[in-house]
Amino acid sequence: MGVQKTALYDLHKSLGAKFVPFAGYEMPIQYKDGIVKEHISTRTHAGFFDVSHMGQFFLEGDETLEEALEKIIPSDLKSLKVNHSKYSFLLNNNGGIIDDLIITKTNKGFCIILNAACKENDIKHISQFLGQNHKYLLNNDLSLIALQGPKSVEILEKLIPGVSELKFMTGNNFSYDSESLYVTRSGYTGEDGFEISISNKKVNNLIDFLIKNGVKPIGLGARDTLRLEAGLCLYGHDLNEKINPVEANLKWAIAKKRKESGGFNGWSKIKNLLTNGSEKIRVGIKPEGKVIARENTKIFSSNNEEIGFVTSGTFGPSVNASVAMGYIKSQFSEIGTLIKLEIRGKMYGGKISELPFYKKSYVK
Amino acid sequence: MSEKKYSKKHEWVSLEGDMATIGITKHATEMLGDIVFVEVPDAGKSIDKEGQAAVVESTKAASDVYSPISGEVTEGNKAIADDPSSVNADPEGASWFFKLKIKDKGELDSLMSKDEYDKFCKENPS
Repeated sequence: MGVQKTALYDLHKSLGAKFVPFAGYEMPIQYKDGIVKEHISTRTHAGFFDVSHMGQFFLEGDETLEEALEKIIPSDLKSLKVNHSKYSFLLNNNGGIIDDLIITKTNKGFCIILNAACKENDIKHISQFLGQNHKYLLNNDLSLIALQGPKSVEILEKLIPGVSELKFMTGNNFSYDSESLYVTRSGYTGEDGFEISISNKKVNNLIDFLIKNGVKPIGLGARDTLRLEAGLCLYGHDLNEKINPVEANLKWAIAKKRKESGGFNGWSKIKNLLTNGSEKIRVGIKPEGKVIARENTKIFSSNNEEIGFVTSGTFGPSVNASVAMGYIKSQFSEIGTLIKLEIRGKMYGGKISELPFYKKSYVK
Repeated sequence: MSEKKYSKKHEWVSLEGDMATIGITKHATEMLGDIVFVEVPDAGKSIDKEGQAAVVESTKAASDVYSPISGEVTEGNKAIADDPSSVNADPEGASWFFKLKIKDKGELDSLMSKDEYDKFCKENPS
């Protein structure tokens, strides 16, 4: 299989994108303006992101589908209302995170948005739990566009009336250009915004409209700085199969009912960790000064004991500071704890910080 | 000041007597993108030709800056460490990285002229 391209590849090229290989796709890392400007324009105005490399996985079936999925996804799928979404994970037998995802209940079943690098493996995993009366499809005929930033709602409402009424983490079908498309109010930047699932044939029209309305194209580079400021995890870096939701400080994403009744992969381990705490935990880190603590930077205590490692680190343009996330021995995880970071053989100071680094309220 | 000379690792050198001023090229900053962190060497540090001298980080990645010639550092540019984005704004002027008392002027012969460097960049796009 060669390198894949999204339906918008030529458009990215015409907008001056620099491409990088990402999860088997040629994806724009940045456009002409560069990462910092793209980041700021998303926070102050609006930006669009081509995230069509992500998997749009549709499942259909009767109520036994909910039971099947609940074995690997610790959400309360039975109580989830149609057109409501939840952030969750696929779990392995050990409670490790195979992927993180957004699951939305549809009229016929569910739609799950999967990470591009994980989607093939995810589907193999999910299908093992499905019955003969369950149907599934990874729909490659659809593009996925994220529109993020404070002006998103005003701009998208002009094109698709009604989207302004969506609440955060809900969605609905709308019609556009004599076709049906699905819009959710969600995102990965810490801003208000939408994710629009639209056919590959129509996606260029949508993007033309957005550009005419002053929405800038945003590459993977700014997507990373935006999500890190918002304290959101990136699979393959902050999460992997050896990390469970308690360690990842994501126990909020396990439904209350499921925490009590269990019945999902890795439940016995997770139950124990929920009661007794985990040995290590994901935290926010603010390095001192401007130094950047990249992935795999070792973390030491003030007594020079090695206590953890960084999983993501960058410069946060909106907080105008170096920001990072990583895993640390739980006894050092209190906000404000002073730590040391080993960068290029030298020790730099830092402290444990609250997450997110950048806070904005979603429309609830 | 003399005409600038350029290295294959995208540093520039300009010479005044036996004092050299060294920075990274405009082409380098364009490849790096937004520069968000810079570390410059302290005065007194001895550096060999092609030895690691400074660090520059963009939003994307960290890169080492090498010294195109050997010598002893007389000054690191603290202004760019305080405001890394100034390197994007004026890489071949005010945003030099460090000054060096050079050891061997002969080392300059291995470096490229402006025209040769421009040609090198065109032939080695990255």
